[in-house]
Amino acid sequence: MFARSILPSMGLALLLAACASLSPQLAPEAQFRAVNRIGWGATSAQLDDAARLGWPSYVEQQLHADPRKPLALAAAQAQINALKVQQRDVSELLLQVDTLRREQDKSASEDERKAARQAYQAQLNTLSRETAHRQLLRQIYSDQQLLEHMSWFWFNHFNVHQQKRELRALVADYEESALRPQALGSFRTLLGAVARHPAMLRYLDNDQNSAGKPNENYARELLELHTMGVDGGYTQKDVQELARVLTGFGTRLEPGAPKLRPDQARQYVRQGLFEFNPARHDFGDKLLLGHTIKGRGAAELDEALDLLVAQPATAHFVSQRLAMFFLSDTPPADLVARMAERFQRSGGRIDETLRVLLLAPEFAAAEPRKFKDPQHFIVSGLRAAYADQVIVNSQPVQAWLRRLGEGQYDKLTPDGYPLVAEAWNSAGQLGTRFELARALGSGPAALFKAESPEVSVSVPVPVPAPKPLLRSAWFEQHLAPRLSVGTRDALALAATPADWNALFLSAPEFMYR
Amino acid sequence: MNRRELLRHLGQLGVATTLAAPMGRLYAAADADRPRFLLVFLRGGYDAANLLVPVSSSHYYEQRPRIAIAKPGEGANPAAESALAINSDWALHPALRDTVYLLLQRGQATFIPFAGTDDLSRSHFETQDSIELGQSLGGSRDLQSGFMNRLALELGAKQAISFTDQLPMCFRGPARIGNAALRDAGRPAVDAKNRALLSSMYRDEALASQVNEGFALKDELARELAVPQAGENRENRERDAASRNAINAKGFELEARRMARLMRGRFSLGFVDVGGWDTHVNQGGASGALATKFEELGRGLAGFADEMGASMWQRTTVMVVSEFGRTFRENGNRGTDHGHGSVYWLLGGSLARAGVAGEQIELKAGTLFQNRDYPVLNDYRGVLGGLWQRQFGLSNEALGRVFPGATALDLKLV
Repeated sequence: MFARSILPSMGLALLLAACASLSPQLAPEAQFRAVNRIGWGATSAQLDDAARLGWPSYVEQQLHADPRKPLALAAAQAQINALKVQQRDVSELLLQVDTLRREQDKSASEDERKAARQAYQAQLNTLSRETAHRQLLRQIYSDQQLLEHMSWFWFNHFNVHQQKRELRALVADYEESALRPQALGSFRTLLGAVARHPAMLRYLDNDQNSAGKPNENYARELLELHTMGVDGGYTQKDVQELARVLTGFGTRLEPGAPKLRPDQARQYVRQGLFEFNPARHDFGDKLLLGHTIKGRGAAELDEALDLLVAQPATAHFVSQRLAMFFLSDTPPADLVARMAERFQRSGGRIDETLRVLLLAPEFAAAEPRKFKDPQHFIVSGLRAAYADQVIVNSQPVQAWLRRLGEGQYDKLTPDGYPLVAEAWNSAGQLGTRFELARALGSGPAALFKAESPEVSVSVPVPVPAPKPLLRSAWFEQHLAPRLSVGTRDALALAATPADWNALFLSAPEFMYR
Repeated sequence: MNRRELLRHLGQLGVATTLAAPMGRLYAAADADRPRFLLVFLRGGYDAANLLVPVSSSHYYEQRPRIAIAKPGEGANPAAESALAINSDWALHPALRDTVYLLLQRGQATFIPFAGTDDLSRSHFETQDSIELGQSLGGSRDLQSGFMNRLALELGAKQAISFTDQLPMCFRGPARIGNAALRDAGRPAVDAKNRALLSSMYRDEALASQVNEGFALKDELARELAVPQAGENRENRERDAASRNAINAKGFELEARRMARLMRGRFSLGFVDVGGWDTHVNQGGASGALATKFEELGRGLAGFADEMGASMWQRTTVMVVSEFGRTFRENGNRGTDHGHGSVYWLLGGSLARAGVAGEQIELKAGTLFQNRDYPVLNDYRGVLGGLWQRQFGLSNEALGRVFPGATALDLKLV
């Protein structure tokens, strides 16, 4: 009902874009901060783009990103194009993995079983490494930084853990077809795509949720983590009722439909690996958040999701999470309120909500600073070191992230990785960061050694591996003037370029964005 | 500022001194007589009813037709699959036969059923957070103050450590607590000169204490966990006399044994968490997914007790907690969903009583909380507070600072 009462969202977007062009331009120092915060860390090219366009127009350009646009650096895009997860359909990938799993049962001897088990795990691990490699290449080299930033945000918001069941074969498609198309679009559409993706349905056990045998797992997290927030005002009864709405939403690997009565067959839905199976659905009426949902089949879920997106609690919760991600552990309440209002009035448009944040004066302010989580720390370091030099092997980087406790697709629980500094600034974490700053700052040759077959494509590999030069024009212009005395003195005492790099990547100025 | 000035400056701050001579001040405080406490948090809400099996409850067997653990001596293969008797009402999961059950037979394990919190959100994250904060529900909460940090303040903050990659919420607060996951101990560290430069960069930052604590801890771990080599000094040889060889274990047991090595040194307060207990689907019974988890946990806990050494184990307690129990009834997928009351485990070398402690209730249809879960009869703050009053001699005032608004529940555990 909310979506009909407002201007068509396209018209509103144009109107806001027009307003944005009247926004004041930012001073260079503020612009540096804003560019550094909108994505995975500023690079010279990105700073030039923003300077050429002016901040408000740069924001518009970033908000209108195209998820299918190839990376400008051909050597990066060629690697992505060569990945199995990029070339093959997810159903095909899962079928392959499933065949390997069955081989284990068929094997006659223990040796054969062992070999089959290893082949099965090797295939899943390859798919997992490829997905992580693609994500890192995009984060480091894409000029659509806002899109890449938000793609990670949404994965984390709708977190699934790749080690559960066969999710390593599904996360690439989850990212590509459920999350990225709507990363800057409609929250309602995004929610619907997640609810029908096999990665989420399997991760939170909804494929096991059926009439008379309820499983509340997905229903609870859908309310608590995806939409309203734990204090959003729903009850245990609402969780149970939403679980009933979700009965029958599952996955199917075999082609075609299961055997069903004719009246059920008419209601059966199949899209790729997703199925809605009426034989497993609870057709009774449901009472969700005081609203009666007539029991009638798959359409109930759309009605329930409409209801959830329309809740003020959802607008507030999503806005709060966005502001925490981009700006501060404790974002200004009035800014979050303005974002929530825009979210609600636009029927959950993510781009419009973000525009309020990105053009707010607070976004470019010096304080408060945001402490980087490991993914931001590592990726911003790589962007500073290798903006023009495409790495061909990201396995060392994937291992660094695991060591820092933020492995890609590796968060066990559905709440995703924490967005606050306290989760990442412990003594142990900082010590590990200093060690990894040394590893990255020394220019590890392994990043330029295409040893795994899945990324050994015809990209020019520089020999010898290039050494990063972090003490660049970019540094001298934007950061050097604002270093603390302590950092400046320490950098002046660095004995070698590698020491200098390690100290720079370890400095407080680099730990915050 | 040139190098000499910088180093002199660091010397004035005490930083360079610490780095150059880690054997000095930091280790002098080690106090062998201090009581030890380790908190083990099972994240995910473990299925307590299949750990401490209510064997006298026919309702249990009716409600869990496919996942129940058979009564002692019953079932298809009693030697391997039936529960291990504790008393007429309770028995232990058979996966713990060679580990925690042996401790129990030596009087070194007690289980506290119907334990937990009055948080009713049934959300993992909400309930874990509210337990770790240890503050009263309903009031305004201070997210920067966890109960283990407040306990560390009472006991002397230098003595606490978290065996985790990140600092858990229960250790947040004004006492600076170090943390180190012990899976990969002894990695090469940054050299002394670069450490001094790093410390100087952070000297005006709020993170300065973490940075310096991290360096000191790194040295200490490398020293404590190192395998003694021929020709090492006498002090080290004596320290490691009880376990001359490298720890021969893997997984959680390896971590737990390393934890014990540190806790028989200067750390008297520790925390570790173990994840993966959210068994909504196919959790198994006497064997299966949950049994495997119990087995691994049991080996780790028994390994911890062993590695502490007999005399230090006498002064040690280990409490195993979880955010909530699970539904009494099995669900449609041979699993269980989020419930309420749990069962806490207490291990230690000098427990006053072994077996089952705390207020209990007969388990039948009418006594379940909201017709689905264990009720909570033993509040976690009361149970821990009662234990610590006895073990650490905490005054009522001190306990009031650790758990504001809570009353100690003296179960006479130690």
